[in-house]
Amino acid sequence: MDVSELTPVKAQRRSFREARIGKLVCISALLLATSVIAGCTNDHISFLNPQGPIAEAQRNHYWIIVAVVMIVVLPVIILTPVIVWRYRYGGNATYRPKWSFSWTIDILIWGIPFVIVAVLSFFLWSATTALDPYKPLSSTKQPLRVQVVGMDWKWLFIYPDQGIATVNRLVFPANRPVAFELTSATVMQSFFIPALGSQIDAMNRMVTRLHLIADKPGSFQGKNMQYNGKGFYKQRFTALAVNDDAFNAFVKSAREVGRPLNQKQYEVLARPSTGDEAAKALGASWVGGAIRFSQVPNGLFSTIAQGPSIDWDALDNASSVNRNASASAMRNEHAMAARDNDKVPARNGEIAQ
Amino acid sequence: MTTPTSRYPGLNLGKGHAEADNACEELVFGFWVFMMSDLILFGLLFGIYVTMLGATAGGPGPHELFEMKSAFIETMLLLTSSFTFGMASLALKYRHDKGRLVAWLVVTLLLGLAFIALELHDFSSMASKGGVPSRSGFLSAFFGLVPLHGLHVTVACLWLVALLAQIAIYGLDKGVKTGLIRLGILWHFLDIVWIGIFSLVYLGGLT
Amino acid sequence: MSHFLDMLFGRLGWDALPFWTMLQDHSTLSIINGVIATAAASMVVIGALVTFGLITWFGKWRLLWSDWLTSVDHKKIGIMFIVISVVMLARAVIEASFMRAQQAVGLDGGFLTVDHFGQFFTTHGTIMVFFMAMPFLTGLINYVMPLQIGARDLSFPVMNSISLGLTAAGAAIVMISLMFAPFSTGGWSGYPPFTELAYSPDAGVDYWIWAVTLSTLSSTLSGINFAVTIYKKRSPGMHLFRMPLFCWVSLCTAILMIFGMPPLTVATALLALDRYLDFHFFTTDLGGNMMNYVNLFWAFGHPEVYILILPAFGTFSEVFSTFSGKRLYGYNTLVIATMAIAVLSFTVWLHHFFTMGQSAHVNAAFGIATMLIGIPTGVKVYDWMLTMYRGRIRMSVPLVYALGFIVLFVLGGLTGIVLANPSVDYQVHNSLFLVAHFHNMLIPGTLFGMLAGTNFWFPKAFGFRLDERWGYRAAYSWIIGFMLAFFPLYALGLLGMPRRTVTFFEPAYLPWTIAAGCGVIFILFGGFSLCVQLWRSIRERHLNRVPVGDPWDGRSLEWSISAPPPEYNYPVIPQIYSRDAFMREKDEGTPYQRPDRYQDIEMPANSAMGVVIAATGFLMAFGLTWYMWWLVIASGVVALVAIILRGFVRNTSRIISAREVQETHERWLDIVNHTPGVSRAQEQTTANRGRALPPINGASQ
Repeated sequence: MDVSELTPVKAQRRSFREARIGKLVCISALLLATSVIAGCTNDHISFLNPQGPIAEAQRNHYWIIVAVVMIVVLPVIILTPVIVWRYRYGGNATYRPKWSFSWTIDILIWGIPFVIVAVLSFFLWSATTALDPYKPLSSTKQPLRVQVVGMDWKWLFIYPDQGIATVNRLVFPANRPVAFELTSATVMQSFFIPALGSQIDAMNRMVTRLHLIADKPGSFQGKNMQYNGKGFYKQRFTALAVNDDAFNAFVKSAREVGRPLNQKQYEVLARPSTGDEAAKALGASWVGGAIRFSQVPNGLFSTIAQGPSIDWDALDNASSVNRNASASAMRNEHAMAARDNDKVPARNGEIAQ
Repeated sequence: MTTPTSRYPGLNLGKGHAEADNACEELVFGFWVFMMSDLILFGLLFGIYVTMLGATAGGPGPHELFEMKSAFIETMLLLTSSFTFGMASLALKYRHDKGRLVAWLVVTLLLGLAFIALELHDFSSMASKGGVPSRSGFLSAFFGLVPLHGLHVTVACLWLVALLAQIAIYGLDKGVKTGLIRLGILWHFLDIVWIGIFSLVYLGGLT
Repeated sequence: MSHFLDMLFGRLGWDALPFWTMLQDHSTLSIINGVIATAAASMVVIGALVTFGLITWFGKWRLLWSDWLTSVDHKKIGIMFIVISVVMLARAVIEASFMRAQQAVGLDGGFLTVDHFGQFFTTHGTIMVFFMAMPFLTGLINYVMPLQIGARDLSFPVMNSISLGLTAAGAAIVMISLMFAPFSTGGWSGYPPFTELAYSPDAGVDYWIWAVTLSTLSSTLSGINFAVTIYKKRSPGMHLFRMPLFCWVSLCTAILMIFGMPPLTVATALLALDRYLDFHFFTTDLGGNMMNYVNLFWAFGHPEVYILILPAFGTFSEVFSTFSGKRLYGYNTLVIATMAIAVLSFTVWLHHFFTMGQSAHVNAAFGIATMLIGIPTGVKVYDWMLTMYRGRIRMSVPLVYALGFIVLFVLGGLTGIVLANPSVDYQVHNSLFLVAHFHNMLIPGTLFGMLAGTNFWFPKAFGFRLDERWGYRAAYSWIIGFMLAFFPLYALGLLGMPRRTVTFFEPAYLPWTIAAGCGVIFILFGGFSLCVQLWRSIRERHLNRVPVGDPWDGRSLEWSISAPPPEYNYPVIPQIYSRDAFMREKDEGTPYQRPDRYQDIEMPANSAMGVVIAATGFLMAFGLTWYMWWLVIASGVVALVAIILRGFVRNTSRIISAREVQETHERWLDIVNHTPGVSRAQEQTTANRGRALPPINGASQ
């Protein structure tokens, strides 16, 4: 019944198969290693080469998880071919067909993963709370407020304190926190600058929040991660961290070179189009892949966030609505800003302003 | 003294209906499982309703649209119909003759149909006040939940008519008995869901 | 007249034909895509014509009707489920190949239009989940579970046939969308508001809604059927803790189906109300809240992925223990782990949308719950390794799949733990990292499990073994192909490449997309090998017959009867005394006993209900999609009348006489007694007629 029964061909085939499994294991491990290390050679499109403290913390956390989980994964990858070889049918190893339980082993195989999950849970909890997108970043400098409107298929960036806006170009000072409020003018989208930090969803009639900071000046890729139609693959933008002088120059140039964002402009902008198509429709310049607006009505963002139909008359007359709200960093997130002032509890039970 | 053990949840036909009792064990168990999945459907719609209570979008809300009087009458109709179905079930189990059974079943059917008629009337009067599902999220949630229950009641009434026809053709055979036991479960289930609707939607909305 | 035609055809117009756009727009890109779409539609038409033609040529319509379509035998229904899933697997793999090819050449462009690509990823996902994986596992459980518990059929055979009909109707809807395009571009998850009328006004999303609805109804009914069968139809002595592990996973899968499908039924129904009757559940205006959809969808979606994986776990449990010649290690532990997984699967759904703006504490809580599920899963993996430990391992085709599974699945589990951490998920959510992770679970997990199960139980179902050479080729191709096609996607996700993107502009992605494209070639060869395997096996079936029915020295009841089994499975319902009931008999030297008495067997009669529901379900769905209201009403009425009339049927069973049972059984026992047993070394030779030699000599214990 043993090896003697096997023809030479069969035995050879058998061992060949075992070797192939071994080879496959090596290939798989190698491929995975290559995969995860891959990110080290790129320019600011990935958190594996972080450009800010949040992305850096995320990268470190990622490697910690991989390392810790390897404790349970590596034994499987290594021991499986060993077991298959040692206890092969043609071999002479111990054979205990009725052995099917051992308390010691069971305690180990339940216990060790349990401990690992407990350790990882600790890291998970602290990292999740520390890297919460809604959490304002501690810094000596006041955060720059940017309001983001996701459209089909471009991003509108409103600088409420500077009174300007751009499409597809986010310029901000390096080493200063940026406090984002996000909404969508259409369907669900996801705002993401990988080199700096987390993505966050932008949804119609809701406001979400994000806080990012860049260590030093640089250019980072930004994109939408939630499929929203034909122009999804083109819904990308450039995020530029610059020094303070350059930032002031940018604001100044937007005020000089840009056009005011009024109802007519907005309605053209809101049509389904990518950034460059919108620029063409507006007859605006598309220099550096951006449209600049020199003036933005106060409260435009919160009006967009209230629903698809915008009351432009009210905007023209209204004084600043939300100017003060987020500067004091309240947790207003996820307020369903319904028109009829229904008070829906915001996150953590605080009522939305 | 030995108490007879239940072979399946709910009213057991017992030894007097040996063949049907045997068949019921599996059939009724399966029907309860089906009811559980139906309960999840309703539960989710209740959840949706609660999250959309505030989404009236400037349109009419519970106070403008709900009438306690008709809701109360509907509740009474359903509760009574559950009682009459219970009487029918007892007649089936203990009397072994068609007369009373059919009488109770017909009364149940009439009550059920009255419930549906009144509910339809309610919906149309709501619509005349602007209470249509296309008006707001809140109204969509209402019209998702309550008519689903009404649809279930309609199906139950149809099933009841079919069973009455089967009684006329086959008499009280095994198929009719197992059908009645299962319809009874559905009927009482719908009654309980209505209690939930009455409490959460109508009472909750009007306070 | 035109009004009449409008009513007749609804909104179905010439522009629904796949070559229509190509005729209007003569650009190269449009023509390429038009040709692809038309070729696909032609495959459907040709496939249908060839099938109908062959059946007519060989005069098999009557047989098809009486022996298959109206049969309520769980074995036949199981096989038909698997046939559906294999056909749909072929289509969805081709769709995946197109997407991979597009991304391999797609830097800054490519050959697929955005819309076409959108339909590709939507149909690929929808088919693989609802019309490949679900039917496959439903078919496998359908076939195997009743045999393993010593039952003659499921508890509700006609409902089983109806489940099959509903799935067939859904699959037909997805297939016919090739002829009358387009299909949805909203992904298999169909998030509103993108899938609302305002943003997707054409028939695509409606196709998706009704196909998915048919599938969820089918699975809910199957779940009820499986659960009641396991609770009520186990043979005497088959306590729950004596069931094979495959039956435990079937039970947990069934419970997940019963409670996990309704949220999707609700989600698609509410979306349909929004689209058809101007409701505002998820719209952008008038109070709609799309977050409700997301919660509903994933309240379904997470139990769903456990529905997809548990049957594979069950199959692998059987495979590991059978091909190690050893008892399954830690049976009780495995049962507890399976139940833990089933329960916990309802507590983690939020991890599918960590980025939707919940508070950190909510995200963290769900993240920890997600990691907790990893514990019982990890325990299972170790239990399987311990099953092989101190066994006598035979590298059969199912075991190759199982070994590929064990190594690759834990890597997928690692990336799952990565994704379970919200702070890291914020970086890789909706990227190709996520895509690689779930394919890493589904291909080495679900697909390998189903393929292993097919190779394992095929001889039982059809009476002859599958060709092993091409079986090995298929297995290795799938393993290598999977690694090459999907490990690069991990890199791409870490580099920030989103999912569902038709093309990209970062040259850094290109080497990886090309590598992934190469992997597809191996996968296609794997698919090809499966076809060749089946072809050769059928051609050489006389050489590989295993009439005694135990080709692998199996441990559970199903191996104790003939291959193929008689319609009633067991001539006498067996009495059970332990786990691994058949192996116990072989160990004690008492297999293949002749019963003292035979009795008449009552089997459920055939029924056309499944066919009726399939036809009316398909027509209703098609009518709803294209606004052909007359068709919806007519088929709805027919379905309703059929269901009501079914209640009036009283002749629901047929009797197989004791004499017939005795003749069939004793003829088979004759064969058994004249068949020599073979050792495991001859398992893959023609000497294996399905009878096993007693336990290996020299085994200590």
